[in-house]
Amino acid sequence: LSSSPCPAPCPGAPSSSTGPRGAGGSGTGMAEEKKLKLSHTLLPAESMKVMAEAMGIAQVPEETSQLLADEVSYRIKEIAQDALKFMHMGKRRKLTTGDVDYALKLKNVEPLYGFHAQEFIPFRYASGGGRELYFYEEKEVDLSDIINTPLPRVPLDVCLKAHWLSIEGTQPAIPENPPPAPKEQQKAEATEPLKSTKPGQEENGPLKGQGQSAAAPDGKGKEKKAPVLEGAPLKLKPRSIHELSVEQQLYYKEITEACVGSCEAKRAEALQSIATDPGLYQMLPRFSTFISEGVRVNVVQNNLALLIYLMRMVKALMDNPTLYLEKYLHELIPAVMTCIVSRQLCLRPDVDNHWALRDFAARLIAQICKNFSTTTNNIQSRITKTFTKSWVDEKTPWTTRYGSIAGLAELGHDVIKTLILPRLQVEGERVRGIVEGPVVSNIDKIGADHVQSLLLKHCAPVLAKIRPPPDNQDSYKADYGSLGSLLCTHVVKARAQAAMQAQQVNRTTLTITQPRPTLTLSQAPQGPPRAPSIIKVPSSITLPVQTLVSGRPSTPTQPSPPPTKYIVMSSASGSSASQQVGGGRDGTFSLQRSGQPRPCATPASISPLRSPALTPPGAGMLLPLAGALGSPLPSLHCPSAPTSSPPDPPLGAVWGPAYQAQLPWEGPGGLPHTALGGRLA
Amino acid sequence: MAALPEEPAEVVVKPDPDGGVPPQPQPPPAPPPAAPPTTAPAEGEAAAGAPGSGGEAAPPKPAPPGPAASPAPTDRQTLLAVLQFLRRNNLHESEDILRREARLLGEEVAAAALSPAGPGAQGTPGGVAAGASAAPGGAAVVAPPPGKVGGGVPVEDQPDVSAVLSAYKQQGDPALYEEYYSGLKHFIECALDCHRAELSQLFYPLFVHMYLELVYNQHENEAKSFFEKFHGDQECYYQDDLRVLSSLTKKEHMKGNETMLDFRTSKFVLRISRDSYQLLKRHLQEKQNNQIWNIVQEHLYIDIFDGMPRSKQQIDAMVGSLAGEAKREANKAKVFFGLLKEPEIEVPLDDEDEEGENEEGKPKKKKPKRESMGSKSKKQDPNAPPQTRIPLPELKDSDKLDKIMNMKEATKRVRLGPECLPSICFYTFLNAYQGLTAVDVTDDSSMIVGGFADSTVRVWSVTPKKLRSVKSAADLSLIDKESDDVLERIMDEKTASELKILYGHSGPVYGTSFSPDRNYLLSCSEDGTVRLWSLQTFTCLVGYKGHNYPVWDTQFSPYGYYFVSGGHDRVARLWATDHYQPLRIFAGHLADVTCTRFHPNSNYIATGSADRTVRLWDVLNGNCVRIFTGHKGPIHSLAFSPNGRFLATGATDGRVLLWDIGHGLMVGELKGHTDTVYALRFSRDGEILASGSMDNTVRLWDAVKVFEDLETDDFTTATGHINLPENSQDLLLGTYMTKSTPVIHLHFTRRNLLLASGAYSPQ
Repeated sequence: LSSSPCPAPCPGAPSSSTGPRGAGGSGTGMAEEKKLKLSHTLLPAESMKVMAEAMGIAQVPEETSQLLADEVSYRIKEIAQDALKFMHMGKRRKLTTGDVDYALKLKNVEPLYGFHAQEFIPFRYASGGGRELYFYEEKEVDLSDIINTPLPRVPLDVCLKAHWLSIEGTQPAIPENPPPAPKEQQKAEATEPLKSTKPGQEENGPLKGQGQSAAAPDGKGKEKKAPVLEGAPLKLKPRSIHELSVEQQLYYKEITEACVGSCEAKRAEALQSIATDPGLYQMLPRFSTFISEGVRVNVVQNNLALLIYLMRMVKALMDNPTLYLEKYLHELIPAVMTCIVSRQLCLRPDVDNHWALRDFAARLIAQICKNFSTTTNNIQSRITKTFTKSWVDEKTPWTTRYGSIAGLAELGHDVIKTLILPRLQVEGERVRGIVEGPVVSNIDKIGADHVQSLLLKHCAPVLAKIRPPPDNQDSYKADYGSLGSLLCTHVVKARAQAAMQAQQVNRTTLTITQPRPTLTLSQAPQGPPRAPSIIKVPSSITLPVQTLVSGRPSTPTQPSPPPTKYIVMSSASGSSASQQVGGGRDGTFSLQRSGQPRPCATPASISPLRSPALTPPGAGMLLPLAGALGSPLPSLHCPSAPTSSPPDPPLGAVWGPAYQAQLPWEGPGGLPHTALGGRLA
Repeated sequence: MAALPEEPAEVVVKPDPDGGVPPQPQPPPAPPPAAPPTTAPAEGEAAAGAPGSGGEAAPPKPAPPGPAASPAPTDRQTLLAVLQFLRRNNLHESEDILRREARLLGEEVAAAALSPAGPGAQGTPGGVAAGASAAPGGAAVVAPPPGKVGGGVPVEDQPDVSAVLSAYKQQGDPALYEEYYSGLKHFIECALDCHRAELSQLFYPLFVHMYLELVYNQHENEAKSFFEKFHGDQECYYQDDLRVLSSLTKKEHMKGNETMLDFRTSKFVLRISRDSYQLLKRHLQEKQNNQIWNIVQEHLYIDIFDGMPRSKQQIDAMVGSLAGEAKREANKAKVFFGLLKEPEIEVPLDDEDEEGENEEGKPKKKKPKRESMGSKSKKQDPNAPPQTRIPLPELKDSDKLDKIMNMKEATKRVRLGPECLPSICFYTFLNAYQGLTAVDVTDDSSMIVGGFADSTVRVWSVTPKKLRSVKSAADLSLIDKESDDVLERIMDEKTASELKILYGHSGPVYGTSFSPDRNYLLSCSEDGTVRLWSLQTFTCLVGYKGHNYPVWDTQFSPYGYYFVSGGHDRVARLWATDHYQPLRIFAGHLADVTCTRFHPNSNYIATGSADRTVRLWDVLNGNCVRIFTGHKGPIHSLAFSPNGRFLATGATDGRVLLWDIGHGLMVGELKGHTDTVYALRFSRDGEILASGSMDNTVRLWDAVKVFEDLETDDFTTATGHINLPENSQDLLLGTYMTKSTPVIHLHFTRRNLLLASGAYSPQ
């Protein structure tokens, strides 16, 4: 524990150390800049004076300090250049204090002790008395603090790990390798198809070009086999290859089956894999088709459980940091929208909790808007328009109405403010008409209840922000009609909650350190290359945040799923989807898809789905759904207990935990994520 | 064991052919000046003895004039004084005779006369024989300023720094320098196109020397403005040197500045056609521009050739080194680049036997000399050196076994080509906070060694066979020496582990190398030593002290026994494991020797340096037989093709250059990497060149294609003018990105599987 206290600002006290050290930094900065404009950088003579004073020598003549400055600058540069040599030989990109020490040793100068490499040493600046000082801050350390803190973890020892960087010329998509097409590249391809890989760009100059664009490795092997194209002076737009290897096909099959299968543990693993695996780029079109076809079929069949599973797949795909979904939105958006606004999503609309699915899908659509909406594709405005249109329509059933409002509400406070608040009065009247009026049908009543609580839930926080504090029942009633009084109480609650949260923010946050990546030592594979195991379960790095959240109380009461009666579409539609795409290869696939004009795709594919949906007006009681789902749902969204549902924080901020808390079908609480080590099969 | 130095009994360092061609009789080597910290004290530890040294009890210095022969210090002082006197009065013959009698070196005379200048100054290519033993890092052994080349003027043996500098004394009017320079610039820019490119080569050396003259004569302000005004005109690849130059603003700084000394002591070599040269000469005479003419005369060496002037592109391919291009005659010597004949070994043909051996786990190996056509081994390659040119260790039984193993593996080797790329297995060093600085893999790919910045050397076994050390002496005596499995019995099972850590160095380990028989391991470090480790006991056997400064690289000869090291002191040394002093010192580089490689036939050594040249040295006589210029940054990797004909080099500029050793020509340029190329390796049959770089990629290049369309007509050979294809993209067969892991070592297994390694460095 040698870090004894040291006075905080020490401008020049150890002049021999701060001087060279400080300027050493600037020297290397100069050495690393790659311009041919060199300048005579010199230390200011003023610094010499300051340092001399710190050493107790007052009144250094101007001339002397100038001479000193020249000399010191020269020596420092010399040392910095030698230090660079050590950096190069050490095969590093960063100059360390150790390098400077070795450079000093070369010159037969005693190295500077007690300086250890930090990632970043910020220079502080101070001025006063007409002088300017640069120094780096050394905090005072209380020894007892150090003694009392528990020992840090022992750093892990060096170990060797082998993996296949390439197998006969192609790079396997395993977590050890960088993703075959980095997200930036996928984005570039999606948004600027002409710009993505310019011919000749990589040939140009390795000396200047930051040739990362040359990283299109997997196309190489294929392109060589087409020498006809090779000779052409004009390079064609780079094809992305949609052929899947046997392993990938196997993976696809396993994953899709697990995602829609009956075993919740497997599903969790499969979703985890989709959300984290870096090598899924090539399978993306298949997944996208799988989801859109799946929604198409299951909406007709009113199979709520499967719709939920498919939406969770969408969520997982969106969560994968290596995927860029823009190219596949034309399939995904209609599917998600269907799950929000479809008139009927389940067999027993009076009992089943299809509302939660609508909420979840609404959150997904909001996320899509946030991630992918640009001025050119106008996703957000198109979606907003769709929602508004179906909401405003008088004949819209309550389910669709609920979905539209949820979709709009999730888009953010601004949308709520401009689109929902002005219609509160009208909507309130409509709700009142159902609740207080003659009993038309139980379904309508439930629908109206849900719409009401939805409106209250989303509008209250917004109102709390935009309305000045005195909350008066009457003024609310005047402004918002029949919902006014309820709104008022909700706003009051929201205010109280906001105040409480503000208090909590001030508390220190507990940081959870993640385990260090991959600690395994594995033997080198000897002999001929074996096929890599594509079905890789993400390693411990990706131990997700969900684990932390899933500790929340939920009710895993019925562990064994009842016999399912829904269509197992993994074989039927799944295989048909893959046939369709696999057979068509790339060209036909994209043609077929892009032939569908995207703007009209959204409403067009929703309306036909809505029409066949029958609405059997089954009468029944409000019961928590425990039927087709793998795990039972607690009735968080039952209108009977609306206040018991956890308050919904504003969209975006706590997306993950919120959806965890509200969607218990994410898996029974405390799902053993440690089971990640197991294989999917 | 036949040691190399038997025939040339003394340590020889030949003058660099590129240096000033000293016609003088060579003074014999002499002991180091007063108490160099190097040699004598080292004996004790070094003599501790490699087990391989046989009965030879660490012999005294190979050079006859041992330390005992040196005169007493006081006498030497007197002698030095007399020598100086003689020299001052130009009594060369007397001086020579006296020196020979007194066995004193010219350098010493000088060294005694002045305070030691900066380190690493020795070994400059002035051509003075820097006696091997007399290469104490600290003493400034500076080559003399070469006389007028070819002028027959006797070389002055005065390497005094002040004398070196005094050449700058004849000065013109400092105010006129800028005018001179811009006058010349104007002239060159107005010259005919065909001459302009050639004459433009003058800019840089003239700029440097004029600047140094100004600084030396203390016209600091003029110097500064001269620099400001013209440094932007210089080619971008000189920027590192310019940066050094820019910091040098005072006469006092010039003492001890290595770069400056390099400029002064070695002439900058320019290759210019006769026509262009005449043009220049006429211009300078017309203008009475003596200042520039003097510089041209004194500090530049203009290598004039007859024929067409070269194009800008041709020039750019070859320039970039610290001291200009190589002279043509520097690359004229004959090089025996062929492979040695393989000894006849009976190969048991039955396959079952082979399986048995595989499991036995006693595979022994030898460098892959067998490479290409199997028929060749029968006949002597016309380009091969005589079999006994260099004494090589005899094959042991285990070596023969290993050769057999190797041949068998070779039959299973994958034939690589553009259609059949190798698989790459990447060994990632995780948690290498200590900084991985060097990696090596045994020829049979059974072990990997890593050198770390925390001074440790770590050896991993990458086969299921764990690393075991031999039992202690007491236990060994109990073993039945007649038993068949005695080799197995001597190993101590308790020590078996996958990783062994070797402690001993006191600085970062920059180079590691396994011996071909896998019994020894070499490592070299910042602490100035090369250490030999036993892989039987996992202990250090010898510390070879000689380099007084960091040792950057070391490698075992493909036949074992010899090894080479190179370091910050600008020399490469050839050692034998049983000698604690180097057998040869290869001096000539103008900056650190950053990497060293043995030719597959063990007769030559290639060294790459921070002066941006690659040199090839003859092990037999210590001559520099090739100088390759063309890189624009320090060289960091070298690789010989398996057939010995070609050399690949990689540097910080991210380019890989290919050289024909026989003709001394550049034959290829592979552009693609964006950062330092730290690893190069040819596949076992030489069809694929793999390169690994700091830019986190492994790239594969079609070596066959590069070499097949070689134009080696007489003209090209004679002039060395090469035309390289602009585009090397069609040679690139594959690029493989790693996950932020710089690639620092590559290795082809005997079956042509490519192993790559590096340390994961999270961003």
